[in-house]
Amino acid sequence: MNEKKDILILAIESSCDETAAAVVRNGREILSNIIYSQIDLHTLYGGVVPEIASRKHIEKINQVIEKALAEAGVSLQDIDAVGVTYGPGLVGALLVGVAEAKAIAYAAGKPLVGVHHIEGHIAANFIEHRELEPPFLCLVVSGGHTHLVRVRDYGKFDILGRTRDDAAGEAFDKVARAIGLGYPGGPKIDKVAKEGNPDAVQFPRAHVEDAPYDFSFSGVKSAVLNYINGCKMKGESFRQADVAASFQKAVTDVLVGNAMHAVEEFGVDKFAIAGGVAANSALRQAMAQACEERGIKFYYPSPIYCTDNAAMIGVAAYYEYINGTRHGWDLNAVPNLRLGER
Amino acid sequence: MRILALDSSGLVASAAVVEEDQTIAEYTVNYKKTHSQTLLPMVDEIAGMIELDLGTLDAIAVAAGPGSFTGLRIGSATAKGLGLALDIPLIHIPTLEGLAYNLYGVSEMVCPLMDARRKQVYTGVYSFQGGFSTVVDQCAVPVVELADRLNELGQAVIFLGDGVPVYRDVLDEALSVPHTYAPAHMNRQRAASVGALGIEYFKQGRTETAAQHAPDYLRMSQAERERAQREKKE
Repeated sequence: MNEKKDILILAIESSCDETAAAVVRNGREILSNIIYSQIDLHTLYGGVVPEIASRKHIEKINQVIEKALAEAGVSLQDIDAVGVTYGPGLVGALLVGVAEAKAIAYAAGKPLVGVHHIEGHIAANFIEHRELEPPFLCLVVSGGHTHLVRVRDYGKFDILGRTRDDAAGEAFDKVARAIGLGYPGGPKIDKVAKEGNPDAVQFPRAHVEDAPYDFSFSGVKSAVLNYINGCKMKGESFRQADVAASFQKAVTDVLVGNAMHAVEEFGVDKFAIAGGVAANSALRQAMAQACEERGIKFYYPSPIYCTDNAAMIGVAAYYEYINGTRHGWDLNAVPNLRLGER
Repeated sequence: MRILALDSSGLVASAAVVEEDQTIAEYTVNYKKTHSQTLLPMVDEIAGMIELDLGTLDAIAVAAGPGSFTGLRIGSATAKGLGLALDIPLIHIPTLEGLAYNLYGVSEMVCPLMDARRKQVYTGVYSFQGGFSTVVDQCAVPVVELADRLNELGQAVIFLGDGVPVYRDVLDEALSVPHTYAPAHMNRQRAASVGALGIEYFKQGRTETAAQHAPDYLRMSQAERERAQREKKE
């Protein structure tokens, strides 16, 4: 008898405006994935309000955790470790999850594993692609992050490029507000753009000098704002769908261009996307096509695992756990935690 | 009955294990606000020293506001996590009641003060005459407004809390009633007071589930406040 015991992780995520908990078995199988989204609340303010997010987290966190355990059909005693996002993110929001996770792990006598939020996003790709293993390249695009990452091994990352200014998702939000679509910008632009002509307006594709994998999205954002102001000054109307489609195309071109440049340079045969913007249909399509042209495998998570969730944190925590990572009861939230930092 | 008590509402971080007739352990640090890193290690430290079996705890009492928004949430999330894992209830102790309980039994009115910034204090007025009672419920007010109220009440007052060094001169100027300030061993948050009051709350059935618990900030967030003002103007 040498039966391998299952490893169960209870994972908690509260870095922004989603209160989430999940139970993950052996790093790949999601037994439960509970997400309480606060988005309706923040829509009133046109973006995430950190203090409101923190207040909502503390109101909902126990219910979310209890539901995650109940849906997975496990008790705390069955759990092998508690994983929690400790950065990057909003410090007040992170602190709720961190303090809660520490107290649960402490009282239940379980090890604590702190997880990097972006490593969680990357790990989301492991959930539905059992065959995917490092090494591969991954583009992480969300409201707060734009990173081109080389995943050398589980828990081992090199950042090849990052945004110099706005995150891609941030640019989507700002442009959506400017053209009257409101918050959250990503899904709204995605939807409207389907009705528009992506070549209607030529917005700039910015490249950062001497840093082929870095991104800059403030230029394209400003170009959209200038275009709209120009139309208004001339008393002309603009077609919302065309602007949305043209902007989306400009952003997508840069993301795909830099990513494929890295794919060729590093000679990888696997490429993945992750993060909230990875749910964007135009980006998925363009990446899929670019990867197919180059004969490499393309991976992306279902939308539910693209936006913030705790299942992905549980997956990342599993690999950290089996690699021996343990955090102490003094674990703090680190709002600007760097990728690969331990 | 045995209660674990926590207070991280202000500059002080404090943890205590309190029984009906005695405090078994208390760990209080009034030095730099790093509660996220210190509070649970403090609990672990005292639990180790008194060989505490967490399973013997009946409830977790927590100073639940007002106070530093972040500090309150660190205390509350810690209490909620412990409550969830141990399957025991929480006791929501208003921060200023917990502070007032430091001065149990004095004949003066007890007035805790916490600096609430924006030219206000978090305060309340409490009396120990004929048992512990609330004379003025905890609130956020300008300190001069508090002084007017105390002058109206016309009784001797003893002050404590981190608002004292900030507003002592203003109070000395504005008050017409006799008043004093609590000494160093009892003038800041102490988890043993939160725990002792927690025992009273527990006996009265004033508990809540860990899931139900949330801090009482006494203040809206800045974004909500500004939005309410905008709507009022429209």
